[in-house]
Amino acid sequence: MQDHHAILEMRSITKEFPGVKALDEVSLRVRAGEIHAICGENGAGKSTLMKVLSGVYPHGTYDGEIVYQGEEVQFKDIRSSEAAGIVIIHQELALIPELSITENIFLGNEVRGKLGIDWDEARSRAKELMARVGLRASPDALVKNIGVGRQQLVEIARALAKDVRLLILDEPTAALNEDDSQHLLDLMRGLRAKGLTSIMISHKLNEIEAIADSITIIRDGHSVETLDVSAGGVDEDRIIRGMVGRSLESRFPDHTPTIGEIFFEVDGWTVEDPEVPGRLICKQSSFHVRRGEIVGFAGIMGAGRTELARSIFGHSYGRFLSGEVKIDGKSVSMPTVLSAVKNGIAYVPEDRKSLGLNLLDTIQDTVIAANLPRVTKHASISSDESYLAAEGYRKSLGVKAPSVKEGVAKLSGGNQQKVLLAKWMFTEPELLILDEPTRGIDVGAKFEIYALIQQLADAGKGVVVISSELPELLGMCDRIYTVFEGRVTGDVPGKDATQEGLMRLMTGAPA
Amino acid sequence: MSSIKQLAGGGMRQYSMVIALVVLILFFQWQTGGNVLTPTNAQNVIIGNSYILVLAIGMVLVIIAGHIDLSVGSVAAVTGIIVAIAMRDWGIPWWVGVLLGLAVGAVIGAWQGFWVAYVGIPGFITTLAGMMLFRGLNQYIGESETVPVPKQFQEMGAGYLPEWGPNTGLNNWTLLLGILAFATVVWSEYRRRASATRLGMDVPPVGVTVARVVIAGVVIGYLTYLFGSGRYGTSFPIPGVILAVLVIIYHFVASRTITGRHVYAVGGNRAAAALSGVNIKHTNFFVMMNMSILAALAGMIFVGRATASGPFDGTGWELDAIAAVFIGGAAVSGGVGTVLGSVIGGLVMAVLNNGLQLMGVGSDMTQVIKGLVLLLAVAFDVFNKVGGRPSIIGLIFPSRRDKGTGAVTGADDPQPTVPAVNASPQG
Repeated sequence: MQDHHAILEMRSITKEFPGVKALDEVSLRVRAGEIHAICGENGAGKSTLMKVLSGVYPHGTYDGEIVYQGEEVQFKDIRSSEAAGIVIIHQELALIPELSITENIFLGNEVRGKLGIDWDEARSRAKELMARVGLRASPDALVKNIGVGRQQLVEIARALAKDVRLLILDEPTAALNEDDSQHLLDLMRGLRAKGLTSIMISHKLNEIEAIADSITIIRDGHSVETLDVSAGGVDEDRIIRGMVGRSLESRFPDHTPTIGEIFFEVDGWTVEDPEVPGRLICKQSSFHVRRGEIVGFAGIMGAGRTELARSIFGHSYGRFLSGEVKIDGKSVSMPTVLSAVKNGIAYVPEDRKSLGLNLLDTIQDTVIAANLPRVTKHASISSDESYLAAEGYRKSLGVKAPSVKEGVAKLSGGNQQKVLLAKWMFTEPELLILDEPTRGIDVGAKFEIYALIQQLADAGKGVVVISSELPELLGMCDRIYTVFEGRVTGDVPGKDATQEGLMRLMTGAPA
Repeated sequence: MSSIKQLAGGGMRQYSMVIALVVLILFFQWQTGGNVLTPTNAQNVIIGNSYILVLAIGMVLVIIAGHIDLSVGSVAAVTGIIVAIAMRDWGIPWWVGVLLGLAVGAVIGAWQGFWVAYVGIPGFITTLAGMMLFRGLNQYIGESETVPVPKQFQEMGAGYLPEWGPNTGLNNWTLLLGILAFATVVWSEYRRRASATRLGMDVPPVGVTVARVVIAGVVIGYLTYLFGSGRYGTSFPIPGVILAVLVIIYHFVASRTITGRHVYAVGGNRAAAALSGVNIKHTNFFVMMNMSILAALAGMIFVGRATASGPFDGTGWELDAIAAVFIGGAAVSGGVGTVLGSVIGGLVMAVLNNGLQLMGVGSDMTQVIKGLVLLLAVAFDVFNKVGGRPSIIGLIFPSRRDKGTGAVTGADDPQPTVPAVNASPQG
């Protein structure tokens, strides 16, 4: 770190969305030639900050100023930030699977010859770039055939082709296996040695500790602090304390659980990624749920919680390799969603609009959708029965809609979530798996959902809550499992759990 | 306007299509000096279009599920030739021929359903292949010749219900069907009121119900008179009866059975349907197979009407059927559409054809007009899509559902809309 001048300074950046202040006076100072990590919980504002920097949110849509290489810059789109040498690589790679490595590297940045594109020149330059990032493959190989790890390298080669001076990586190792992650981190060190500045967003604290020179922590849209790793004294605990550091508000209904027997057990559940052969999404995961118990699943994004839930729910995700589910002590096989539903399992997905609802349906049609036989007599669906069922839930759950004939597309997020819960309550499940049940809904509606979850538990059901909001898990759950890289890493009683402790378990830090 | 809406009940959308159809008929009646609403012309419109409407019934399910079937004309043709040759060369009776035809349709449907549902080939490609494949088979099996069919078989495509009983001045079967239809209307109105009372929903005023029954009675009475008062020996045509039975069955299947709900679910949101326990493959297989069976039936009806099966039967039918479905309010993206709407959409096309022909408009301009009607109908849908379920002609008669519900829209959903990789402000 000879060169201590800042290549980038973001000063007092404030970015508002309707109803939400995503960033509030956030500042970031990145020194030339360093690897600068940005840490924070899900939803803290990290990605939003990077979108401001890269021009996704153009100048004028945010307050504050950006000084880059000593001058104030006002990017109006991604093109203008890329022209200045700032390249962002998103978590979801922006490659065209059907094109070759060469074509992808120079996409939007084509090598012009006298007549159209000079492919010979492009191919030889691609080879050079591939050598720089340590990518061993034919430049003519199709991107879809080379695996996620090497796709990540293609993205970096593409950034280098654009003469990058500041490289931003958003969760670069989230989808990679350990070897590929290690290779990527080595590559970043190598690029740093050649003078490239990088910003890295990551949840994996061990990686950050290993590679970053400085760390900026963002919490709830505020920049909390910047830690200088080279100055020493920064470890995972220190980072976690910075990331969490807020108090629990009393935004959960009072509740005294009545916990019964263990009735649902999962043992040695192992599932392979459907797209990346050899990469395990769930590794020998085991857990259990008692009647009347609310069980939380904590983990960083991509840890495999949703995938675990969905693979149990009728193998609806990934390739099932091994493992056993026992209900009331009896081993059950649930290879289809229908069989899972019949075994009393309900899964309410995290993404209401794309996985949960048919937005063309009415409330009534939605409520009965997962258990049509219940309202069917003599092969005919009774519209009266359907109406009564839906109307009952509309009243008991307090769905704000004039009638159950209302289209679900017109409801607010909180009310859509209630309708979805009603849909799954209508299947009369014994175990409800709720994936991010309060994402994107307001505080008042959250409280109602919490109360509903507690009612379900009190009725003797088991409830599994997957959430990225630790305070929510701490406030709601009788017991919390932590998941890290597909492995269940902890089983903490709710009353003993702390954010720091959970964060340590869910980032793979040694306890 | 509100009283009209009350009269129409919840299904304003479908009623507005009916209104468009009625307006169209009256317009042509006026323009042709009364040549449209004659018994002979009405019977001919039904006879000449029933096979397209049968296709539309199957096609709407295919389109709701998010697919398309381009092969229906060829499937109809190959079925027609197989049945015609079987009856000619093997001497099987007409009804065995019908069963054979349906079986041929089922086999072809299983073939196409297999590729679409289990191999995952898009319906467009599978049925484009089927379009060529089965057209070729039709011409190979029939040696590109025309094969006549026996008299009883022809009844299916152009026959009339027999005369019987006392002289009422009308065809008695037609009269009976009219009475049956009216009784059904009265019964369903009664049930609607009864269930609304039981469920504590708003019960429409008695006057509205009476008005509705009276209007239905007048319309049914007039149609009974129109079809039943033709020259002796004619009635509401047999293909029309077949069509009516299919409409009733498939309306029930689509709106009231688990299979029907699954078709809508798959087309509306495949991922959500899968996570609700819908077997996507079975559903796709069902719609494709069902379509081919109905195409086989349509082919036989046509052969009956044409008195023979030929090498070019059914060319272009797929497009007529698809047009009917989209005019009838289905959405290209799937998940939306009704059997009744599609049949009405098909009737709009049929009346357009017939009326323009009677007006002496050439087939060139008829095609231009039909093309524009299709385009405008779907354009209305696109405009209206903003309000949830699209509705045809809903622009002219906005339904109750499309307005006045702004109070419950997603105000507490803080997710901003940004055209980026992550649509939410997550860190």
